Amino acid sequence: MKYKGRFGDYGGFYVPEVLIPVLEELEEAFYRFYQDEHFVTELAQLSKDYNGRPTPLYYARRFSEYVGFKVYLKREDLVHGGAHKGNNTLGQGLLAKYMGKTKLIAETGAGQHGLATAMIGALLGMETKIFMGVTDIERQSVNVHKMKLCGAEVIPVEGGTGTLKDAINDALRYWTAHVMDTFYLFGSAAGPHPYPTIVKYFQSCIGSETRRQILEQIGRLPDMVVACVGGGSNAIGIFSGFLNDKDVKLIGVEAGGRSLASGKHAASLTTGRVGILHGAKAYLLQDSEGQVNETESVSAGLDYPAVGPEHCLLKDTGRAQYVAAEDEQVLDAFELLCKKEGILPALESTHALAYLISQKGKLNSETVVVVNLSGRGDKDVSIVEKHRPLKD
Amino acid sequence: MKTYEQVFSELNRTALIPFFVIGDPDFDTSLAIVKTAVDSGADILELGIPFSDPIADGPTIQKADIRAMKSGIKVKKTLEFIRKIKDYKDIPIGLLMYYNLIYQYGVERFFVDFHQAGVNSVLVADMSIDDADEIIPSAKSAGLDTVFIVTPNTSPERMKLIVSKTTGFIYTVSLLGVTGSRSELSGMVEELISKLKKLTDIPVCVGFGISCAEHAAAIARAGADGVIIGSKIVELIEHNLGNHEKMLAEISSFITEVKNALRIHSNL
Ligand SMILES: Cc1ncc(COP(=O)(O)O)c(C=O)c1O
Repeated sequence: MKYKGRFGDYGGFYVPEVLIPVLEELEEAFYRFYQDEHFVTELAQLSKDYNGRPTPLYYARRFSEYVGFKVYLKREDLVHGGAHKGNNTLGQGLLAKYMGKTKLIAETGAGQHGLATAMIGALLGMETKIFMGVTDIERQSVNVHKMKLCGAEVIPVEGGTGTLKDAINDALRYWTAHVMDTFYLFGSAAGPHPYPTIVKYFQSCIGSETRRQILEQIGRLPDMVVACVGGGSNAIGIFSGFLNDKDVKLIGVEAGGRSLASGKHAASLTTGRVGILHGAKAYLLQDSEGQVNETESVSAGLDYPAVGPEHCLLKDTGRAQYVAAEDEQVLDAFELLCKKEGILPALESTHALAYLISQKGKLNSETVVVVNLSGRGDKDVSIVEKHRPLKD
Repeated sequence: MKTYEQVFSELNRTALIPFFVIGDPDFDTSLAIVKTAVDSGADILELGIPFSDPIADGPTIQKADIRAMKSGIKVKKTLEFIRKIKDYKDIPIGLLMYYNLIYQYGVERFFVDFHQAGVNSVLVADMSIDDADEIIPSAKSAGLDTVFIVTPNTSPERMKLIVSKTTGFIYTVSLLGVTGSRSELSGMVEELISKLKKLTDIPVCVGFGISCAEHAAAIARAGADGVIIGSKIVELIEHNLGNHEKMLAEISSFITEVKNALRIHSNL
């Protein structure tokens, strides 16, 4: 490997030897193509025509009135496929094509990354397999159906709790046996090097657009940028536009699940201890001996015991702060955004909104906060209905 | 304490190295199983400490890990297991495990404690040679051999690097894939063994997918110094969970059969 893939001491590539040659090939290809003229042109064209970029930055007036400060939503829910995941799948999908690969595999939790990968598989004419935990298949069934419509095979993963972690385990195992012709399209800014770097790069359009748009709209930078954190891709994508703007506070919101005290949550940065999982050193939810904990969250996309390595470093240096929002707060926030703005947010993204609601009355009215609305909530309607049945 | 070097120099045939997950299906049964393997002719033992997320393992060993963890096996408890085996017979033991368990234990302390218990080497499934310096100094100062993996897609330059950091034996993976029994050998293994043999005198032991006496004999013919058999034996545990006597008998006869095949080969 040419680079170490470290963020401080975090990250790296703790994988079986058999995966090293493919990760080396991926690293080499990424650095060869990401500034290649043809690649850049094709990516820009498809980002615009296929994915619908740039996405709007929207001033949410009625939601702002409710919380008492100014809230702007970066509308990644409007990216083709319904989430920011499409930025990364387009980038990596093209990379796979430029590398001459013909088969894609991916893991998925909420199904958004799986769907975005299935769409790219269709776009590029590649055979696509999506690994998905059985629990997630059940709670995100709409996305499963969409993936199949786009021609992908969805492979149910029984292990563990049938969630994102288990899907990654099986995708890695499958890749081990198919390294010669298969491209693993990893969905978050986590996992072994070079994925955290590659995914951040393809998601950094969120941050650069947001910075330009807020300057255009209000002539100054925001006071705070807030994003939900599962593996950390939408968060690092929007943070990347502001890392050097020291006065812009960066807040990542993890899944507080039932509650932090109950232990049934997925708040790795907030409560975890440094460990090694899925090829990277990072904050990890684990027992005293290092067995990885089962996690719980109302949102499948955040239901993951580890987190991307760069967030670990941003936490340690204090450049970003990480908090958790519990399921009940998230469901409240979901209802509120629907009522106030007519926008259904993904339950993942809603964690960021829940944090804003917790700041009601604590920030002055001129405070400007940008939220990365990483995805749309159509996929979550039945989950919300189960927890909060509509009253006639 | 018996070393790998002693075993390989005493043997004039390919070593038989069965693999077990410590505590599968529970501490006492596991102990009886491993003792049976020793009695049936194992030359070296490869033992796994169960982990929640074994990404290099197929379904059979995943299930063994789950059985062992459900029965309450803890990393600390595996020390006691290893001591009991060493009290029974002085046979070299290699551990095969995942890095997080070592990292949480404390790397330096892990190697000291496990060496004291009787372990000869620790192979970390999710650590490549690139990061090996995170463990090599601790392993060496505790007195352990440092075993690393070579796979069919390892480049010649990497192979040299891996060999230069390896002592004891080279763990040679016979195929591209995770652990699990297979009906056929991969067809990649002969070439890999001969490449390694040209490069080094360190014993070459081959594992992953070796599932019967014929496979073992073929690996021996290809010039390997040891065969490692994991999933196939673990399947015998899985299939006989309700009948321990039958379980031990089947494991014993399987190991005897493989051992005989290796003996016959060496007499040819
Ligand atoms: C809409 C949405 N937001 C956020 C996430 C969490 O991932 P990440 O932290 O990588 O952005 C997911 C994952 O499925 C998602 O679907």
